[in-house]
Amino acid sequence: MEENIATIRAFIFESFLFDANDDLLQNDTSFLDEGIIDSTGVLELVDWLEERFGISVEDDELVPENLDSVNALAAFIDRKKSN
Amino acid sequence: MCGIAGYFNLGNRPDDGRRVLERMIYPLAHRGPDGFGFFQDEIAGLAHARLSIIDLAGGWQPITNEDRTLWIIFNGEIFNYPELRAELLQRGHVFTTESDTEVILHLFEEKGTDCLAELNGQFALAIYDARRRSLFLARDRMGIRPLFYTVHAGVFYFTSEVKALFSGVAGLPRQIEPRVLGEIFTFWSGAGEQSIFTGVKQLLPGHWLAVDSAGLKGPQSFWSLPFCPDEPGKRTEQDYAEELRALLIDAVRLRLRADVPVGAYLSGGLDSSAITALVRHYTSNPLKSFSVAFADSVYDETAEQQAMVDHLTTDHHRVSCSYGDIAAAFPQVIWHTETPILRTAPTPLFLLSGLVRRNDYKVVLTGEGSDEILGGYDIFKEAKIRAFIKACPDSRLRPLLLKRLYPYLALSPTRSAQYARSFFDTDEVPDELFYAHRPRWKTTAGTQVFFTDEFAAQVVTPESTLADMAAELQGLDFFNRAQFVECRMLLANYLLSSQGDRMAMAHSVEGRYPFLDHRVVECAGRIPTRYKMKVLDEKHILKMAVRDLLPEAIVRRKKQPYMAPDILSFFGEREPDYLSYYLSEPLLREAGMFRPQAVAKLVEKCRKRSRQGFKENMAFVGILSSQIVYDKMIKNFRVDIPDRLESVKVVS
Repeated sequence: MEENIATIRAFIFESFLFDANDDLLQNDTSFLDEGIIDSTGVLELVDWLEERFGISVEDDELVPENLDSVNALAAFIDRKKSN
Repeated sequence: MCGIAGYFNLGNRPDDGRRVLERMIYPLAHRGPDGFGFFQDEIAGLAHARLSIIDLAGGWQPITNEDRTLWIIFNGEIFNYPELRAELLQRGHVFTTESDTEVILHLFEEKGTDCLAELNGQFALAIYDARRRSLFLARDRMGIRPLFYTVHAGVFYFTSEVKALFSGVAGLPRQIEPRVLGEIFTFWSGAGEQSIFTGVKQLLPGHWLAVDSAGLKGPQSFWSLPFCPDEPGKRTEQDYAEELRALLIDAVRLRLRADVPVGAYLSGGLDSSAITALVRHYTSNPLKSFSVAFADSVYDETAEQQAMVDHLTTDHHRVSCSYGDIAAAFPQVIWHTETPILRTAPTPLFLLSGLVRRNDYKVVLTGEGSDEILGGYDIFKEAKIRAFIKACPDSRLRPLLLKRLYPYLALSPTRSAQYARSFFDTDEVPDELFYAHRPRWKTTAGTQVFFTDEFAAQVVTPESTLADMAAELQGLDFFNRAQFVECRMLLANYLLSSQGDRMAMAHSVEGRYPFLDHRVVECAGRIPTRYKMKVLDEKHILKMAVRDLLPEAIVRRKKQPYMAPDILSFFGEREPDYLSYYLSEPLLREAGMFRPQAVAKLVEKCRKRSRQGFKENMAFVGILSSQIVYDKMIKNFRVDIPDRLESVKVVS
């Protein structure tokens, strides 16, 4: 989980926050509320999840509870991997 | 169509005024390649670059009145000039030309500023009164033609394009106005009279400005956008459709008045199809039509265009447009827009006007303006669905409607209804004045993450900009308010300027817009919201009005907004060489707008994957165009002026 959190943070910075300071993103910060990821960015995030972690994200899993923070993503990946 | 420029003595006057006029008008030669005309006295100077469309032999400007006290330069067209001319003749005015320009002059002579109410047209004009020693400027109701001005060292200067000021006015500072860049990186365009260049203002649409030795009087509005609460009464949707059709027929008929042939843009959508069909059915104008064919099928509408070509049997011409074509033309496009933009979409229209010109056409009709006045945009539909959800927040079915939005986008934000709801079902209520636009503006403002700290500190909150508009929105429903905001901001400051006037004029082509005939706009303003978008059927009344003229497939077609590839244009095939200059760390540091490291990471991301989300596409095009504006208009601004311009008319 810790390793995934680091990987996720690196992706979010690389893709959406560019050269922002590390402390701008807490692990429970909402991507949508803070304007970090817009509605089309979510689909970019999903492409990355599928490619990087070898999982398949179904349409009914495209919900903020699964994808809207670093912690939510890490937990979602764990759940998908354990299924 | 033409370019205009001039000055007025506010206590000082430029050294060698004639040379100043030459230096101002020469950079506008693309607007008027047929020749230059000048007027000068000790108070004022006027310059004109002419594109001959009406009264080819006699329409040279400046033009004067019977006693040579009034002098006019004029960019645009007055479509009802024959009727106005006949009335003026009856009242004893003496004309020396057949032009529409002279009609304005005599009307002004008689009615002063009230003359503007009688003009049906698209115009920017300047009238100098030599007896009263005053200058009068005015701009058309919707902002089809541009007009900029500034005051420097005791002299008032005005022009069709800012490059005339930078070329002609010695010592005029050239710098980016942070407030306006902040507006562009929020609203997609500047929002008010301040241009992207500090100290240079635009005269707002539907306004006039007077100048005399006491200074500036105005700007003052002579017309307002006519959106209003639904009128009580018993008019049916059929009544409105009939009124709209009759006005559109007349608007098209008036806009075919020219002493040169008139063509039409045909995009494949409802609006340009409707205009072209009206030309075919109600006039004898020979029909030559023009369109863009995109190499990327996601953006291409060739099949729909061909359906209309077959239906109307027009003589059709296409220009093909690849990623590389857009990238290659983009710097030149920005030289003409003179402002940063967040989309590449003007570029294909730049290529299209080149095609028109190569066919020896100077004038085209387009369908621009219909989406704003008749309720065609997705943002109106989005707002309607959001309001519908908000009215019954526990409904499980209502949010599913969000999936009907944006089906044409490769990365659709509505693929997941739940996500769409998180994004679109915001805290604002429909009563909030800018309800419809808040989600868009929030996403767009995310692009400001690239601003340097120093630059961001100078960007004011958009709320102060919006406050100026608030009073005019009171009493309107959210749909009408959204239409008002689209017309005021994006239509005037982006679609009609960066994407309209500038792209057509770059190749000396004049666009004419029947939907923006003020009588059509006023009719649209009266149509009740429930008829403009009936349930979720956009432009419902327009479809009723023209259905019998069009193939059913065009009427029923789901709206696809005009778009062009953004990041893909620069990274989809081959990276243009100029990127390494415009986005270089030294130039970014020197310009001071964007953080070089952040830009480098964005470029890296684009190289890895050229299909990106909204924010990245807008940010990339915005940053690149801002850098080009900085380089071409500020750092390396240069126009080589011949020692002496060959002029066709000099009066003084």
